[in-house]
Amino acid sequence: MSAGWSLLVLIGTIATMAGSAWLLISNRDKKATGERMDHEFDGIEEFDNPLPAWWVTLFFVTIIFGAGYVAYYPALGNLPGAGEWSSAKEWQYRVDQHELRYAPLYEELAAQSPDELIKQPRAMQIGRRLYLNNCSTCHGVTAQGSVGFPNLTDEEWIWGAEFDNIKSGIINGRAANMPAWGEVLSEQQIREVVDFVKVLSRGDTQAAASQPGQTHYVTYCVACHGAQGQGNTLVGGTPLNNDIWLYGGDDAAITASIVNGRMGNMPAQGPIVGEEKAHVLAAYIYSLRTKAQSKAP
Amino acid sequence: MSSLATEHDLYNYRVVRQFAIMTVVWGIVGMTVGVLIAAQLAFPVLNFDIPWLSYGRLRPLHTNAVIFAFGGCALMGTGFYVVQRTCKARVISDALAAFVFWGWQLVILLAAITLPLGLTTSKEYAELEWPIDILITLVWVAFAIVFFGTIAKRKVSHIFVANWFYGALIIGVAILHIFNSLAIPVSAFKSYSIYSGSVDAMMQWWYGHNAVGFFLTAGFLGIMYYFVPKQADRPIYSYRLSIVHFWALIAIYVWAGPHHLHYTSLPDWAQSVGMAMSLILLAPSWGGMINGIMTLSGAWDKLRTDPILKFLIVALSFYGMSTFEGPMLSIKTVNALSHNTDWTVGHVHSGALGWVAMVSIGAIYHLIPILYGRKQGQMYSVRLINLHFWLSTIGTVFYIASMWVNGLMQGLMWRATNIDGTLTYSFAESVEASYAGYYVRAFGGLIFLVGMFIMAYNVWMTMTTTRIKDEVDAEATPLTELEAQPS
Repeated sequence: MSAGWSLLVLIGTIATMAGSAWLLISNRDKKATGERMDHEFDGIEEFDNPLPAWWVTLFFVTIIFGAGYVAYYPALGNLPGAGEWSSAKEWQYRVDQHELRYAPLYEELAAQSPDELIKQPRAMQIGRRLYLNNCSTCHGVTAQGSVGFPNLTDEEWIWGAEFDNIKSGIINGRAANMPAWGEVLSEQQIREVVDFVKVLSRGDTQAAASQPGQTHYVTYCVACHGAQGQGNTLVGGTPLNNDIWLYGGDDAAITASIVNGRMGNMPAQGPIVGEEKAHVLAAYIYSLRTKAQSKAP
Repeated sequence: MSSLATEHDLYNYRVVRQFAIMTVVWGIVGMTVGVLIAAQLAFPVLNFDIPWLSYGRLRPLHTNAVIFAFGGCALMGTGFYVVQRTCKARVISDALAAFVFWGWQLVILLAAITLPLGLTTSKEYAELEWPIDILITLVWVAFAIVFFGTIAKRKVSHIFVANWFYGALIIGVAILHIFNSLAIPVSAFKSYSIYSGSVDAMMQWWYGHNAVGFFLTAGFLGIMYYFVPKQADRPIYSYRLSIVHFWALIAIYVWAGPHHLHYTSLPDWAQSVGMAMSLILLAPSWGGMINGIMTLSGAWDKLRTDPILKFLIVALSFYGMSTFEGPMLSIKTVNALSHNTDWTVGHVHSGALGWVAMVSIGAIYHLIPILYGRKQGQMYSVRLINLHFWLSTIGTVFYIASMWVNGLMQGLMWRATNIDGTLTYSFAESVEASYAGYYVRAFGGLIFLVGMFIMAYNVWMTMTTTRIKDEVDAEATPLTELEAQPS
């Protein structure tokens, strides 16, 4: 704030408070008769009663408190205030206190392997809480995802199913990039690819091979989604040889994916939770995967 | 009747009648939308998957309809009535007064069309796009010309206290509306604010808070200063108090906006000043309540028989309560708990339902018989006014109590932490826990709305029938009769 504005704030604040006090003082001691005033409006008269003493006291107390407050905290333009308080300092203090208190716990957990962590109910409980705080908004409270947000409890892992894949995904985020094919393919060709993908999703590669969409698939899609529709974990190409659909599996949804492309983007959580919590979090999510596997026959 | 006939010749009652009737109409419309969106929060299926009926578009329609349509009509109607009678002068121009009425109705109509279509500036309580903003400015300037012109040609020496408050409303809102709405239009339906970032937020809440201060507080205190002494037939308690609290109120209110932006990117100094001034605002706000309630000293018995007076006095009680709650919520430590919770919504409605709506309803009940050529107090049914009073009071209490519970619960859930430093609850869990409060809130709002329908019936019957249902009660033996009735 420039010096001029700063001065304006300072003067305005003090003048408003002092003016209020002056208004009270100049009206407090004047003799009030308690009689009716000598004017009348549409039959309404007014008494000349004094200001209620308790009300004047209340007003003064708030002015005095307000004056003390703006003197102690940063308020009067650029003046820092007698207490040298700032919201940035307070925030940093709270963060430091938090770190000091919980750092040992997460250091201890981060030193252990995922297999060890999965065996400890306490570690998994902490992992679940971290999940609910940081991940559940998109992936859901039960981690079963929703349209555009992958299910974390099934067997399909777009970016790799290993612990390290999960952990790096949490820390660095994931940015998928399926181009829009609407300008490249004709409407007829898009319909053929949709039909091909639907057959492929039944896992029947034989039948898929005889589809007319096969040639377009081999030309445009195979690099990321794989020759057998098995996907590609390096670029996040989703597997197409199963009935799991990130953006919906009906004709309209598949067509929209092909025509417009898909830009799935998971923001990096590393700057928010830090490496140690990401380790615990990854172990928890890894445990959901193993649970899903153990349930399967 | 001869004195009434002269009054009707002397003053322009036509515009007052028009505004009084539309106050009831827009009250019902605005509160119906309010009950619908309250029900949508309790039962999301009521969004019907229709964009025009979705919560996000109807919510601004509700706030605009109740504040500017219902509240605005009440303020303009009573303003024209009070300024004429207390200045002993007819409005300076009937044509301009008619322009104010029809122009304001057009603004409301345009709001009712554009907001469900999703056309919005996204500024709370200032959502209307730039062409409508210009129309509002024109209507408001006409309102100012008629009001101050009438004061200028008054036939009494002093200016009555209610007129100071109406005057503050007109000048204050003109400044707020113009400066907050400054924008660069890019098409007929789209504009961008000339402010950006924190400055935009500060301008918006300077406007937003002073819409509360000058529209919903100063304006309705104008109603209070005329209709309370008039209905109680008592002199105003203290002339001196009215002067002191008026100047203190308008001088301090303009500083309080930043308390809407605590713990944000707004610079620390602005937050500190906003909080200090909000606390100092307590006494000036209470000045109006003291003056209104103390006006009844010597006439407390009237509260037992006169439901219109009950409306006015209970409105002052809610006013006192919410103007205490406001400064408390502006304390940063309290705000850290309450901000973004339903507590804020409850606070707003203890002011909006308890104060603004109830003081307006009381004033309209006072006005309608007079405007339609009857004597004061001769509404079609006094019992129905009494019923309306209880529905309004109970509805308001249900509303604000449920939002207090919800707000405290949400604030506590959001800050609860586990022994490992993680948050105990996810946001969705706090939403799930809020449902009970949402049911109660919708129920309270519905009760309040039912009262408005009863009012509409009572007003309609007063306008159209010559018979007065409770005439025997009201005229012959009012005290004992009314006391014996179950209410």
